[in-house]
Amino acid sequence: MNLDFSVVLNSLPYLWKGMQYTLQLTATSAVGGLFFGTLLALARLSSNKVLSNVAAGYVNLMRSIPLVLVIFWFFFLVPLIAQGVTGAERPLQIGAERTAMITFILFEAAYFCEIMRAGIQSIPRGQVYSAYALGLTYSQSMRLVILPQAFRNMIPVLLTQTIILFQDTSLVYVISATDFVGAASKIAQRDSRLVEMYLFVAAVYFVLCYTLSYMVKRMQKKIAVIR
Amino acid sequence: MNYNWNWGVFFQQTPDGDGAYWEWILAGFYWTLAVSGVAWIIAMVVGAAVGTVRTTDKLWMVRLGNAWVEIFRNIPLLVQMFLWYFVIPEFIPPLKNWMISTEPIYAQYLAAVLCLGLFTSARIAEQVRAGIQSLSRGQRNAGMAVGLTQPQVYRYVLLPMAFRIIIPPLTSETMNLIKNSSIALTIGLAELTFRSREIGEYTFNFFEAFTAATVIYIVVAMTANRVMAYVERRVAVPGYIGGK
Repeated sequence: MNLDFSVVLNSLPYLWKGMQYTLQLTATSAVGGLFFGTLLALARLSSNKVLSNVAAGYVNLMRSIPLVLVIFWFFFLVPLIAQGVTGAERPLQIGAERTAMITFILFEAAYFCEIMRAGIQSIPRGQVYSAYALGLTYSQSMRLVILPQAFRNMIPVLLTQTIILFQDTSLVYVISATDFVGAASKIAQRDSRLVEMYLFVAAVYFVLCYTLSYMVKRMQKKIAVIR
Repeated sequence: MNYNWNWGVFFQQTPDGDGAYWEWILAGFYWTLAVSGVAWIIAMVVGAAVGTVRTTDKLWMVRLGNAWVEIFRNIPLLVQMFLWYFVIPEFIPPLKNWMISTEPIYAQYLAAVLCLGLFTSARIAEQVRAGIQSLSRGQRNAGMAVGLTQPQVYRYVLLPMAFRIIIPPLTSETMNLIKNSSIALTIGLAELTFRSREIGEYTFNFFEAFTAATVIYIVVAMTANRVMAYVERRVAVPGYIGGK
């Protein structure tokens, strides 16, 4: 067989557009997932039984079914829900790219929830008591005392989860969104150059993820010294 | 929302005329288990071997083990699936000829099992290494002191302890493997998620079809959890937290 990597070179602008979407999806889902995940973690740790059970049920459901199935679920449900909210006559199509964003934020929230829960639980109880003793309310003590420490303790784990998220976003391929893999596979099939294209994609992901996880590992060592 | 509910969809005849839709779900579930089961065996065997050599004093073996883990961990599983199905056969002509001549499902099955098995082996290797390194140095030294060779120390002292310690993470890896097997649908393998979407596309009863798949995945996850919890209780080491 003869390899011809010129197909990669010729399609670089298109691949870069796909990569931009991948990065955008990763960033949005990481920020959104962390936000909702933190809220979920607070709900799970709440003394209100109903609230904590609902949050736990959501997290366990999301964690026990495959991401591919979750993507299919939302790809089917989001237009129906959008129709219900806006009162439109037909299911509202908002496109694979935006559906993927909603899906990943809600899916990642379950995973970030478990990380943040561990982070909050790693804070000594004395911190909560002293915050209350100073006269802070629940939301003040969470916002000003507990969560900043929980975030800092969990930064390496949060970043590792974000690298996994970066890899997982490739699964939007199943709803034909044009992320990095989606763009590559479209070109690969058009030009019948699957071998060159997928080798290139694998190499790009490997270099990026390896470098990032190496940096996380180094940072972890730095942070660990403080304690 | 206007959605036509029809929970009886599973008893309708399929367009290919040999059975009802619930049989598609069952067939899909069969392939999910067939892929996950064999991949699990590969993952455990290779993972235990790679994880073990990473704790030996042979530097080149440690490096090889580390490289193994990094390669499989830093490429998305979807891309690895494409590599096994589209790319690697191109470099092995006999394999490619076999894949073309055989039924597509066998070619897809082979690619999916190798892909998931080796991907998961890297993750299990990481757990095995962590398990062995969490044991106190005295265990290895004591083994050496009573005259065991290095393979014997691993076989009789370190590995039996390490495997007991890492049962909880192995449980979650097992469940990840079952969930990850759904990615085989990207190369056309008709497993559970593939079949449920197919039923949705044929009947427009997506809700019912996805619910069936979701329930099955939840039941499998809970079963795997219970089985591993039972194993964990059976093999618990007296004197440790959780031991008898």
